[in-house]
Amino acid sequence: MNKIWLIIQREFLNRVQKKSFLVATILVPLIFPAIIGGMVWFMVKESESAKAAVVHVLDQSGKFVFEDTKKFDFVIETEGLDAAKEKYNKTKDFALLYIPNFEISKPEGFVIYTKENPSIEKIGDLEGVLQDRIRDLKLEQYNIDKATLAGLKTKVDLKQVNITETGEEKSSNSGILYALGFILGILIYMFVLIYGIQIMQGVIDEKTSKIVEVIVSSVKPFQLMMGKIIGIASVGLLQFTIWILIITFVSSSVLGYFGLKMPQQQMQEQMMNQMDAEQKEEVQAMQNDKVGELMGNLSQIPFAKIAFVFIFFFLGGYLLYGALFAAVGSAVDSIQESQQFQFPITLPLLVGYMGLFLVILRDPHGPMSFWLSIIPLTSPVAMVGRIAFGVPTWELILSMVLLVAGFIFTTWVAGRIYRVGILMSGTKVNYKVLAKWFMIKN
Amino acid sequence: MEALVAKGVTKRYTNHTALDDVSLTIPSKSIYGLLGPNGAGKTTFIRIVNQIINADQGDISIFGEKLESKHIGTIGYLPEERGLYKKLKVGEQLLYLAQLKGLSKKEALERSKKWITKFEIKDWWDKKVEDLSKGMAQKVQFISTVMHEPKLIILDEPFSGFDPVNAQLITENILELRDNGSTIIFSTHRMETVEDLCDHVALINKSKKIVEGTKKQIKDTYKSNTFVVEHKGAFSVNGAASIVSQKSLEDNFYQTVLKGESIQSPNQLIAELIKLTEVHSFVEKVPTMSEIFISLVKGKTDE
Repeated sequence: MNKIWLIIQREFLNRVQKKSFLVATILVPLIFPAIIGGMVWFMVKESESAKAAVVHVLDQSGKFVFEDTKKFDFVIETEGLDAAKEKYNKTKDFALLYIPNFEISKPEGFVIYTKENPSIEKIGDLEGVLQDRIRDLKLEQYNIDKATLAGLKTKVDLKQVNITETGEEKSSNSGILYALGFILGILIYMFVLIYGIQIMQGVIDEKTSKIVEVIVSSVKPFQLMMGKIIGIASVGLLQFTIWILIITFVSSSVLGYFGLKMPQQQMQEQMMNQMDAEQKEEVQAMQNDKVGELMGNLSQIPFAKIAFVFIFFFLGGYLLYGALFAAVGSAVDSIQESQQFQFPITLPLLVGYMGLFLVILRDPHGPMSFWLSIIPLTSPVAMVGRIAFGVPTWELILSMVLLVAGFIFTTWVAGRIYRVGILMSGTKVNYKVLAKWFMIKN
Repeated sequence: MEALVAKGVTKRYTNHTALDDVSLTIPSKSIYGLLGPNGAGKTTFIRIVNQIINADQGDISIFGEKLESKHIGTIGYLPEERGLYKKLKVGEQLLYLAQLKGLSKKEALERSKKWITKFEIKDWWDKKVEDLSKGMAQKVQFISTVMHEPKLIILDEPFSGFDPVNAQLITENILELRDNGSTIIFSTHRMETVEDLCDHVALINKSKKIVEGTKKQIKDTYKSNTFVVEHKGAFSVNGAASIVSQKSLEDNFYQTVLKGESIQSPNQLIAELIKLTEVHSFVEKVPTMSEIFISLVKGKTDE
């Protein structure tokens, strides 16, 4: 036990003392927000400074009145289509829009000519311009004025309330749960993969540097394997903790310093600016309600429970896969060689990850979601993605018990391969050889 | 007391037997040569002693006690495939390896300081192993093997890859360790090492022990009663000995190789020769370990 502790310390210090650890630990939480922030900034900048696209319009129906908007400048053509095309071709303008003579009830035959493939967004915008005009024409035809129409528009928000078996009512918000499940699931997936590969790398290093035989003359191979796995896990936990602290600190202090508000608030304000005063008040009242509800929802989410489940499944999943990665590392002589064995290990992890997007976040209580979050190989990603939606206690306990059993099993299997593998170099390894190693008596 | 006694040690793998009923007795404070061609089973035996793998059958006792995990600190092992953590500093490396062998951090620090002073490598304490030359790394490796003052030191091909200066340094230290009470096992197929250093020898071939004993005993067993005589005046013999070859040197001097099949002692042969010629030198031709090794291994192969 004492020796495992020595190995854990060594593995931990080896990694934490490296400059790359310091760099990754400090920079990652700064770089990612910086990249995302930079991209958003450029996008905003571009949309603000973008010139309006010039569109030539040949309107043969005479039903349209084109006014220049922020996005489009319109040039009205009056001659025939061929002449318009010719004229358009001489310019560098964005597009030529051809509107034939059409029935309002059957708006067909519109064509847009462009020189490059236009973006979906621009086409959509143009279609919007046309649709708006046609709708107005239809309103005229039916003798409906705009005010009446505005009065018809109705928005309904379903307030989500969960009723528990005891009759207690809890409001919830699928959006928040979705985001939470999404983020936690990805975190687990990334952590297991990144640190699993670190274990494998460490084992390969020991094997190729030939230190391993010296070490195993002092400690049992199993102790060495477990020491490495636990040592690297503690590096992961430390790094994760530092990231959380930095992100929390930086985001709160930066936002505070610039007097900025959270993105949602900004969006709300923009929307408000576009509305007239009367609507504003109405919306303001509604939004205050909404914000209150959101906060209420957030407070309803059992964060302590989620944090516990997250840490449990992180450790469980990491141990389960970590042992397998250690076994792979012991079997091969180089990272390149490890590819063929890495794939079957990462496959179930990937299934859990895909399952998270395709199944769990859409239908968190369906049978697929159930099985994905029960089977130990996929449960670390799946259960963490699902937990925010509320998982029955018995399912959670079953999943946890199976995960513990799972990692004990994989650790046992991996340990048997590892003890033989680390002393074998230059052997061509395939699955048959691995099976043979597994069967060898100690 | 015996440093190590192995009785009937057997290790089988699916397709072959690595060790077949091998019994060895390694006396305390000896330098014991474990010889054998590649693949004979030496490394398997050593790994069993180091408890890296377990024997299928047989018992091993070390200094009179049954071999157990508590004896790990009693043994110092330098494997043939050796290496160090490349990214680790020399000091950290020595401390870590010594602590794994059961030393406390304080002891490990004292001992490693003592050894690096002895090997004149004090300046390297904070250097990473990857920045050391091969010879430097070998010194560090040797220190890590003996730093915990093991009573049994097992060196697998210790001189392979060592430059002559380092080999000399290591040899001196090995002898010093022996004089201070350690028992040393060499696993090697380098006969010079055996000839120079070992007092006890065992030969393993094809998973079986073929011969074991002191170097003297083995040489006596395999000597062919051949004598080289330099003498003045030619002669011919009949009876006790026969002439293998005779070549003339200058001034009526000859060198004759005699084989005495049935003589009791060299004295008997000398007595005979004095009557026949003027003897200037008389040397018994003792086989080298290398010759014994080759003849035994080949003999076995031919069977």
